[in-house]
Amino acid sequence: MPSSEAPLDDLARTPGVPKPDPILIVDNVQRTFGGLQAVNVQSLQIQRGTITSLIGPNGAGKTTLFNLLTGFDRPQHGDWHLNGGALVGIPSFRVARRGMVRTFQLTKSLARLTVLENMLVAAKDQVGESFWGGLFGRWRHIEAANEAKAMASLERFGLDHMASHYAGSLSGGQRKLLEMARALMVEPEVIMLDEPMAGVNPALTQTLLGHISALRDDGKTVVFIEHDMDVVQEISDWVVVLSQGTVIAEGPPAHIASNHDVIDAYLGLHHGEKP
Amino acid sequence: MLLAAIAFLAIVSMPLAALAENETIKGTLEKIDADAREPVEGVTITVEQGGDLIGSAVSDQNGAWEIPVPGAGEYVVRLEVETLPDGVALTDPERFELPDVSVRENQNKTARFNLGPGLSSGVSAWNRIGSLFVIGLKFGAIVALSSVGLSLIFGVTGLVNFAHGDLVTLGAVVAFFFNSPDLGGGWHILIAAIPAVLLVAGFGGLQEIGLWRPLRKRNTGLVSLIVVSIGLSFVIRYGILVAFSGLPRPYLNYAIQSDMQILGITTVPKNLAIIGFTLVVLALIGLFLTRTKLGTAMRAVSDNADLAESSGIDVSRVILVTWVVGAGLAGLGGVMFGISEQVQWDMGAKLLLLIFAAVILGGLGTAFGAMLGGFIVGVAIEMSTLVIPVEFKTAVALAILVVMLLVRPQGLLGTKERIG
Amino acid sequence: MDWVKILIDAGRAAVGVPAAAYALSAIGLNLQFGYTGLLNFGHVASMMVGAYGMAITVDRGGSMWLGVIVGILLALILGLILGIPTLRLRADYLAIVTIAAGEILRILVRSSWAEPVTNGILGIQAFADEFFDLNPIPVGLYGIGRFRFDERTVWVMILGWGLVAVVTLFMWKLTRSPWGRTIRAIREDEDAALSLGKNVFGYKLQSLMVGGAIGALAGMFLAIDQQNVTPDTYIPLLTFYAFTVVIIGGPGSLLGPITGSMIFWFLFEFLDGVMTGAVLNDWFFGWFEATDIGPIRFALFGVGLMWLMIYRPQGLFGSHEEMLIDAQ
Ligand SMILES: Nc1ncnc2c1ncn2[C@@H]1O[C@H](COP(=O)(O)OP(=O)(O)OP(=O)(O)O)[C@@H](O)[C@H]1O
Ligand SMILES: [Mg+2]
Repeated sequence: MPSSEAPLDDLARTPGVPKPDPILIVDNVQRTFGGLQAVNVQSLQIQRGTITSLIGPNGAGKTTLFNLLTGFDRPQHGDWHLNGGALVGIPSFRVARRGMVRTFQLTKSLARLTVLENMLVAAKDQVGESFWGGLFGRWRHIEAANEAKAMASLERFGLDHMASHYAGSLSGGQRKLLEMARALMVEPEVIMLDEPMAGVNPALTQTLLGHISALRDDGKTVVFIEHDMDVVQEISDWVVVLSQGTVIAEGPPAHIASNHDVIDAYLGLHHGEKP
Repeated sequence: MLLAAIAFLAIVSMPLAALAENETIKGTLEKIDADAREPVEGVTITVEQGGDLIGSAVSDQNGAWEIPVPGAGEYVVRLEVETLPDGVALTDPERFELPDVSVRENQNKTARFNLGPGLSSGVSAWNRIGSLFVIGLKFGAIVALSSVGLSLIFGVTGLVNFAHGDLVTLGAVVAFFFNSPDLGGGWHILIAAIPAVLLVAGFGGLQEIGLWRPLRKRNTGLVSLIVVSIGLSFVIRYGILVAFSGLPRPYLNYAIQSDMQILGITTVPKNLAIIGFTLVVLALIGLFLTRTKLGTAMRAVSDNADLAESSGIDVSRVILVTWVVGAGLAGLGGVMFGISEQVQWDMGAKLLLLIFAAVILGGLGTAFGAMLGGFIVGVAIEMSTLVIPVEFKTAVALAILVVMLLVRPQGLLGTKERIG
Repeated sequence: MDWVKILIDAGRAAVGVPAAAYALSAIGLNLQFGYTGLLNFGHVASMMVGAYGMAITVDRGGSMWLGVIVGILLALILGLILGIPTLRLRADYLAIVTIAAGEILRILVRSSWAEPVTNGILGIQAFADEFFDLNPIPVGLYGIGRFRFDERTVWVMILGWGLVAVVTLFMWKLTRSPWGRTIRAIREDEDAALSLGKNVFGYKLQSLMVGGAIGALAGMFLAIDQQNVTPDTYIPLLTFYAFTVVIIGGPGSLLGPITGSMIFWFLFEFLDGVMTGAVLNDWFFGWFEATDIGPIRFALFGVGLMWLMIYRPQGLFGSHEEMLIDAQ
């Protein structure tokens, strides 16, 4: 259910349309691999406090765009800002510290750490994380607080009973859940989820969607990549469609579902050609 | 028990030998011309033991030189002919190397080189540079032959095989047995090379089937595979040491050749033969990789194994062939190395870091890169002695390796991919 | 064959000076490899700079204690210089650069260019008198039966195992802290750690430097025992020994390097005894001679390393659960 205030409803449905209160502004970001133009985004703005879905056919450049925005890959060209601060050339771990955290399409669980440790690693502001702090700092009370927080979060994601098991022993779907819960431990302002529902069983999907909506209600901004149009329709405030690296359409979910360009892109026809 | 105890101590506390007092090898270089004696200054003398450089010295204005050695034992003392001044030459050009100078405890052993006016008036700069270049090319050919397999295997399997150097040794040693009249048939080394290469190639195939393929099936990680290859290198190397003993030994053929002159450059014929033969083999490998179905399949697997698999290539078989070919080439490299120098149980292990240097210089995973890298490393090592002391020549190759990894990790011919 | 004697000798080796030295060296490597996942094949270089740092300082008239500080500082600097350019490389490339860097350093130390400082291939001797002068233990043999050590050995063993204990305590503090957890996270997946805001490069550098400093302590300790440093001691083999010790004990386990080293030396000496006996009793039908025992032992060492890495990558006593999920 798209949020009722819906400040986005009045916007033009053109690619690159400016948002009233953008948290993330992308300008002319380009990335080529050899001769292949993987990403070429002229202009894209993400509205603060909304759920934005990023959709597009396989190989459209969605993951690559995530990689670029979060500092895991470098574009040939381009500029982007988070909360007004430039992010070009900022290493990935600093992007995370600035409040934009991403998850991975191929889940990256820390296999030989326990589920609880996975969560604790992500916790912010732990003085014991520095070398000297770890040796001599007073980090135990912070640890206790983090642990309580982590357990509460694990409970919400239905992983609390696994807390003391190695993350490597989780199922694929459980790992997806853990990765999302772990990303939230960083307390990001913007959370970027790369296909969080892939491999999660349908019963859990509803719970996950609930979590994602709850994030928005907490004032966080969510950008997520998803292939399932039903899910996209159900949860997003705004949908951005990527095809062959460029944004070919954006708008509210209802608008996107009926957009010809989008249908063409998914059917693999060239942009502009009419069937 | 005593022997074993000594062996044990030598391994645990290798420096024991150095506790002995002051053994040195020394000498005085004089040009003897009719009745006139004249000290020869500025000539480099080096001392080696088991292929390791022990030390070097340059004769002073009195022609004197002295090199401390770590203890009693047998040493090879060599006069670096290129450093002789104009108008001075060895009276016997063959005797630039004294192969077994034996030093007793606390002895200051004197080693003698006889110098005279020589036939030609010294060695021209052209000859000096040229002959080093030829030696460099020859060594480069050996490194290139040995490297191609490592690079190909890395390309198709992602394994950096630390036991690859020992395949080189294996080739040299197997050829030695066939070449030896007592142990084998006393075959000419060029004939003996054939079963040697085939056996090492077969050993490569067996390794793949018996070890690496099962490990890949178990999804064993990169790091574990590297450590396994280190274990394997110990098994092969020390197995060879038991079978072959620690003494360096030459093949029956081509061990000693007299100098020849070509284009004003002094060299031995076998150097040119090794270079020429290697170039032919490498060209054939190049043709195989680019012109045959199997070769292109190899490169396809190297590029992207999943894609190759899905386009109908039998990846498993391609990997097996790569192991066979790669190991065979390493064995051939070993035979060439043995012809060029001598056969020794750890000759390949010592070559391993240079092979790495060659492969990384050219681009890990690319066969042509390994060839190019091999020749560059060989020439760089030998030519570097023109400007810096010989004792640094290995360091030069390793420095190339390190610098290359830092500035262009994909190598000269590699394509940029994520290696960070 | 005298089994009792063989077992006692092996037992002596398990608690002896080399076992302590390799435990120490392996603790440093364990921090780098076991906890952080760094495939550092140049570990021997830190042992070398530690030993040489101390030997040169004493040789130039400094005290041994100053020497210890110099050795550790040199190891830290080495870690910094080696780490900054290389730690971004993938594991296999890192292994190649570090092994090459170790060899370059050894070639430099033994060269005539460095000889005025390092004394070239002859190395430096007799720099630890200060330590042996402090020996409070009266002359004599200590222990029971064959299991005995003289006062000098006991003194060195006290130093060695004392160092092992202190460094293990330090490692306990360090690896049980959030810092330790973070380096383990980096070992598991760098990108995940980055995405959670961890400065992966900084942690790796710290781990390399601290592990190197511990390696330097091990190098100094070995050098003190032998009163001798020579460049050709510090060959890559020493690094591979340390790796084997770490893997026997279990990478990333706190006490692993200690048990690993004791088992390693026990087996090494035990094999030696058994094979010597076997050769003397001609159990090998005359195939092998006494001089073959050393090489055979090395070959067996290789077999053992392969076996461990394939079947017991989490160490001889690694947990079953961890084994199942091992997918490094
Ligand atoms: N490291 C790389 N090297 C070369 N090409 C790459 C690389 N990463 C991505 N590409 C190419 O860039 C294009 C975009 O890939 P990307 O992974 O961003 O697609 P995607 O939209 O996430 O697809 P999917 O829905 O299948 O996950 C693809 O054609 C892919 O082959
Ligand atoms: Mg994707």
